[in-house]
Amino acid sequence: MEFKDYYKIMGVARDATQDEIKRAYRQLARKYHPDVSKAPDAELRFKELGEAYAVLKDLEKRAAYDQLGSNWKNGQDFSPPPDWNAGFEFSGDGRGGSSEREGGADFSDFFESIFGRDFAGASHDGHAQGRTTFNARGEDHHATVLIDLEDAYTVATRTITLQRPEADAAGHVSMRGHKLNVTIPRGIRAGQHIRLAGQGAPGTGQGKPGDLYLEIGFNPHAHYRVDQRDVYLDLPVAPWEAALGAKLKVPTPNGIVELKIPTGSVAGGKLRLKGRGVPGNNAGNGAGNPAGDFYVVLQIALPLADGEKANAFYLYMAEQFPTFNPRAGLGV
Amino acid sequence: MKNDNRLPQLSGIVLEELYELSLADLSRACSVQADCIVELVEEGLIVPIGREPHRWRFSGVHMRRATVALRLQRDLGVNLAGAALALQLLEEVEALRARLKVLGYE
Repeated sequence: MEFKDYYKIMGVARDATQDEIKRAYRQLARKYHPDVSKAPDAELRFKELGEAYAVLKDLEKRAAYDQLGSNWKNGQDFSPPPDWNAGFEFSGDGRGGSSEREGGADFSDFFESIFGRDFAGASHDGHAQGRTTFNARGEDHHATVLIDLEDAYTVATRTITLQRPEADAAGHVSMRGHKLNVTIPRGIRAGQHIRLAGQGAPGTGQGKPGDLYLEIGFNPHAHYRVDQRDVYLDLPVAPWEAALGAKLKVPTPNGIVELKIPTGSVAGGKLRLKGRGVPGNNAGNGAGNPAGDFYVVLQIALPLADGEKANAFYLYMAEQFPTFNPRAGLGV
Repeated sequence: MKNDNRLPQLSGIVLEELYELSLADLSRACSVQADCIVELVEEGLIVPIGREPHRWRFSGVHMRRATVALRLQRDLGVNLAGAALALQLLEEVEALRARLKVLGYE
């Protein structure tokens, strides 16, 4: 198993005072808390931090840890010395009144090899001490699922694979891929959560399993941008289409539509296709959401002046509009 | 990996559109005593529909806010007001990030 350098994880010196350790924990916890940080490894860092703090804040555990010596490097292959644990006696409830750490987080093999499984397995909320009758609800799991915008227009099905720790008969824990087939309801939006009851970690004893929470995100789309329920498309049009009006074919997430560009349209002009954004849904009690709208934002594309004829045409155009000043609004 | 027909088909509730949680439901979902939830309501962190506690109805959004606020309190050692402030700022950052994305900056 890998050695964990708890001092390095917390960014403190080996002779740091208990106050310094507490301060470092608070600072790093604010930085890596999974509810605060958007970094992909935040949850892992936060767990590591919680484990490091559980050891270093406790004088007995810290002294025991220090006995291992300072020559170990973080990540180095480690096995406890043969006479390990002989001279130590740990008091209290193992993990030790850890109101400050993520409940139910798994501590590493390294932690368990030094401080034993009883510590790592103990409940964090003190009053569930009797291990023979210990029932607890399983941990809730969280995961993010990315879908395409088009999927929100239909009822989509996704097979997702989640990594979850599983213990084998000998008690060794390893990460196993766990597959689930999930229905993504029509009209789902980015940032919404789906709760799958009972699909989290199994409970202890008679405890019920936890729930699985899926946060929905949209894969970035080549053409469309999404704002809540509204969908935006930048549509390039030729100058004559904008000036004279036109009927154009426009892609939307649920198919191509024909759109009438009004005469005298300008760049940045917005055309709304009502109800063609992310579809609405019905919560069952009348508290449903209306569909979003689809916005076409006009962009004027200019043909290149890449030949004698085209050059001549642009010159002719300049002559025809002698008073046209596109920068009139800038006062120049 | 679009579909795997051998697996059972699971469908869940979209939390943001769930409106019918009672005080007891929410306490259970957050694994806390009802008093904790009452404190969150008194702080204005979640605003249920209904006057008296036994008539309160919470939504999935309330459930999420409550879970995050309770986690922030437990893990960062902030008090309720601090957690409420953090949550409000986090939501603002989130909204700004979403705007940036729409404008194509992120």
